[in-house]
Amino acid sequence: MTTTPTKPEPLPPPPAPSTLDTVTGAGTSLLRSLAMPALAFVTALIIGAFIIALSNVDLLPQLFSDPGSTLAAMGREVWTAYRALARGAVGSVYAISETLFATTPLILASLGVAIGFRAGLFNIGAQGQMLVGGMCTAWVGIYANLPGPLHVIVALLAGVVGGMVWGGIPGLLKARTGAHEVITTIMFNFIALYLVQWLLSIPLFQEAGRNNPVSEPLRPSAHLPSLFGSSYRVTIGILIAVAAVFAVRWLLFQSSLGFEFRVLGLNPEAGRYAGMSVGGLMTLALALAGGLAGIAGANQIMGLAPFKATTSLAGSVGFDAITVALLGRSHPVGVLWAALLFGALKAGGREMQGAAQIPLDLVVVLQALIVVFVAAPALVRAIYRMKGVAERPTQLTKGWGA
Amino acid sequence: MALELRGITKRFPGVLANDDVSLAVGSGEVLALLGENGAGKTTLMNILYGLYRPDEGSVVVDDRELDLASSRDAIAAGIGMVHQHFMLVPVFTVAENVILGQEPSGPLGVIKKDAARATVRDISERYRLHVDPDAVIEDLPVGVQQRVEIVKVLNREARYVIFDEPTAVLTPQEVEEFFAIVRGLQADGKGIIFITHKLGEALEVADRVAVMRAGRKVAEVTPGETSEAHLAELMVGRPVELVVPKDTSHPGATVLQVQDLVVRDDRGHRAVNGVTFEVRTGEIVGVAGVQGNGQTELIEAIMGLRPSLAGNVVLDGTDVTDYNPRQLHEARVSHIPEDRQESGLVLGFTVAENMVLNCYYEEPFSRVLVMDWDATNEAAQRLVKQYDVRTPGIEVPVSNLSGGNQQKVIVAREFDRDVRLVIASQPTRGIDVGSIEYIHGQIVAKRDAGAAVLVVSSELDEVTALADRILVLYHGKIAGEFPPDADITEIGLAMLGSGR
Repeated sequence: MTTTPTKPEPLPPPPAPSTLDTVTGAGTSLLRSLAMPALAFVTALIIGAFIIALSNVDLLPQLFSDPGSTLAAMGREVWTAYRALARGAVGSVYAISETLFATTPLILASLGVAIGFRAGLFNIGAQGQMLVGGMCTAWVGIYANLPGPLHVIVALLAGVVGGMVWGGIPGLLKARTGAHEVITTIMFNFIALYLVQWLLSIPLFQEAGRNNPVSEPLRPSAHLPSLFGSSYRVTIGILIAVAAVFAVRWLLFQSSLGFEFRVLGLNPEAGRYAGMSVGGLMTLALALAGGLAGIAGANQIMGLAPFKATTSLAGSVGFDAITVALLGRSHPVGVLWAALLFGALKAGGREMQGAAQIPLDLVVVLQALIVVFVAAPALVRAIYRMKGVAERPTQLTKGWGA
Repeated sequence: MALELRGITKRFPGVLANDDVSLAVGSGEVLALLGENGAGKTTLMNILYGLYRPDEGSVVVDDRELDLASSRDAIAAGIGMVHQHFMLVPVFTVAENVILGQEPSGPLGVIKKDAARATVRDISERYRLHVDPDAVIEDLPVGVQQRVEIVKVLNREARYVIFDEPTAVLTPQEVEEFFAIVRGLQADGKGIIFITHKLGEALEVADRVAVMRAGRKVAEVTPGETSEAHLAELMVGRPVELVVPKDTSHPGATVLQVQDLVVRDDRGHRAVNGVTFEVRTGEIVGVAGVQGNGQTELIEAIMGLRPSLAGNVVLDGTDVTDYNPRQLHEARVSHIPEDRQESGLVLGFTVAENMVLNCYYEEPFSRVLVMDWDATNEAAQRLVKQYDVRTPGIEVPVSNLSGGNQQKVIVAREFDRDVRLVIASQPTRGIDVGSIEYIHGQIVAKRDAGAAVLVVSSELDEVTALADRILVLYHGKIAGEFPPDADITEIGLAMLGSGR
C-alpha cells in the first residue's frame, strides 16, 4: 500500500439520511429502491396467507386433531383466495380494465404527493385537491357547451386549476408565514369536503328533484372516451395518467425547476444561498401537486358513470395516494408500479371476496403490511439477510443540532 | 498504568482504515493524535471506544486485554470519549444530561435529582469546570456544553479520556480554557488522547505526538524535537506551505463599500452596529474576531440573505443593499458560505449537481427550463480535475467526500468564472492541511487576477496568512484596522475589545 499523497483518502461513511428521506425515498434512484417494495410485497403475501389460513373458524378447531388434512385444507384455501385475487386483477380483459380503472386516479394523485415529497413537503391534501378540482370540472362539464374533445380538455384543465389553487394556498401560507403544510393541507381537506357539500346543495350544482348532495350529470361531450369499448370501465384517463408519469419524471430530473424542487427537498438552506426563491418554489410545488390531484378528481367524474359530482367522488384515493407515493419511493415510475399494484389489489379483492369469500378487508390488510415493510427497511433486510447501509453501526457522532 | 492499542488493523470494503497501528498513553500523560481527515484517527478511536471491532490487534488496559463489544464495555474499562458533536439533550439541564443513562434512583424509580446536582457540583469544582448543574443545555455556549460532556465522562469514572477534535468548535478563549482543563485532568492522573489536525495545539498541550497518515502511524515524536512544519510534512507526506506565499498587493479601484451597516441577528439584537469599510480590487481584506461578534450577520447582510436595518452595501458604485443572492451572483460576486454542509452543499446530490448549484439555470447548463446534463457533467469533470477534488467520480454523492474535498467543490463552483468580489467565510474550517494550502492558494490567485477579496475567519492565523489588511470585529463594530505584519498580541487585544 502506497503512502503517496495522491492516494484518494478513504471515504468517510455517508451521513445517515433523515427518517423522512428514508421513508419517502427522496433523493434515491429508481433501481436502488425497487427491490425493497418487491420484497415487502412478497412478505405481505406470506403473512396474508397465514391470516387467510387462520381466519377460517371452521378449520381452526381441527388443527390439532387432524393437522395433516387441516393444513392441506388451509393451503387450498390460501391458493383459492390468491388465485381469485390474481384472476380478478389480471385474469381477463375485464379484470385488466378494472385494474387500470382503479389505477388511474391513484397514479395522478400519487404523483402530486411524490412531487411534494421530492420538494420536502408532506402533502396530505390530495383528497381536498381532488374534491375542489372535481367541482371545477363539474361546473365546466355541466355548463360549458363545447364540442367533444375540446370540452374534455377544458373540463380537465378546470380540474387542474381547482387543484392548483387548493394546493397552492397551503404552499403560500407556508412560504409566507411558515404554517406547516401537514396541518394546513389536512384542514384544507375538511374545508374542501364541506365546501363541496354546500356547493352540491345549491341550485347551481344540485340535480333537480334531489335533496341529497349530488350534482347534475356532465354533458356527454365532457365524458372521457372509453379505451376498450363501452362494456369496459377503463377510459383514456389511464393514458393521461401514464403521460403524467413521464411528464413528472421529466420535470423532476430533466428540468431546472425539478432541480430546484429537489434542492428544496434536500437542503432548502443551500437553495437559498444559491439564489433560489424558496418560498416561491414551495408554493409552486404544492400547486403542481394539487393540479395533478385535480386531474384525478376530474377523472372521477368524467370517466365514471353516472358522471355526477358527489361528496365521495374522491373515495379514499387522496389518502391512498400518500401510501402509493411512499411505496413508489417518490419516483414517478415507482409511483406508476405502486399504483398498478394497488389498483390490481382493489380489482382483484372484489373477485376474491366473491369467489373465495375472503373479505375485501384482507386487501386493505395486505396494503397496510406492504407499507409497513417498506417503512421498515431494516426489518425486510433482516428477514432476507440483505446487506445494506443499515448494517453500519449507528453513527454516534451526530450532534443534536445537525 | 496505561492504555494501549497493539497492532490494530481495520479494513472497510475497499479501504484499509488502520494498518498495524500501535499506541499507548499512560496515566497523567497527554498524547496528541495528529492526522488529516481520513487518515484513520476516528476509526482507531472508535475501535478504542468499542464501536468497531478490529480485524487484527488488541486493546489493552493496565496489562489486561479487553474485548470491547460496545461502548458500554469501554466505559466499564474506564475509557471515556468526548465526541466532536456533543450528545446532549438540549432541553434538559446539565445535571439531567450528566446522569442520563445511569440515573441514580430511589424507590419507585424516582430520580435523585439532588444527588445528581451534588455530583455535578463536586466534579465541576474539583476540575474547575464552572458548570451550573441547573442550567439548560440549549442556553449554554458551545464551550460550556463541551465541559458538560467532560463532566459526563468524569462522572462515569473514566481514567482515560479521548477528545475527538475538541477545539474545532471553540473560540480562541475557550481553547485556552480547554487546555487548562486538560492540564487539570492530567495532574489528576488521567491519561488523555487528544485527536486533532491543528499542529499548534498538538505542540502546545501534548507530551507526545503520534502522526497518522493513510491508516498508518508514520511517526511518534515529542514536541521538543519537532516543529509545525515538520509535523505538517509528516501528516501530508510532502513539505507543505503553512503560510501561502504571496506578493505585496497592489490595490486598485474600490469594489465593495459597506457604509454604516446595521444588522439584527435572529434574536433581534444589533449584531452588526454601524460598520463601514471598503475592499478594493487586488487586495484581500481579512475580518478577524471571536466567533459571534457579528461576522455571520455581516456577511449574510452583504450577500442578501438577511435584511439590514440601516446603511448601504455598494458594489462597483451600484447600491446593492436590497439585492438577493441571485442578483449578487449575476453581479459577479462569489460566496463561500460559512457552513459548507448546512448551506454550501446539498449532501444528497452528486458532485456534478453540486458543481452547478449556483449556475444551473444559466447557459450552457440549462436553456428555458431544460437542464443540459451533458454540459453539466462535462463542466463537473473539468472542475474536478482543475480544482484537484479527490473523488471517485462526479456521480458520487458529495457526502462521500472528505471535508476538504467538499470545500474544494464549493471553491471550484464559485471561482470558476471572472468575478469582481470574493467573499469567503471560514474558508478552511475543519479541513486538512493539504486542502487549506490549496484553497489559500486559490484565494490569493483570485486576488492577483484582480478580484476584491473579503475573508472572514475566526482563526487568527488564517487571517494574518491571507490578508493584506486586517479588520477586527468586536461586538458588531470595527475595533481596529491592522497591517498584516502587525503584532499578534495587539490584534488579539482588539478581538477582546481592549485594543486602541
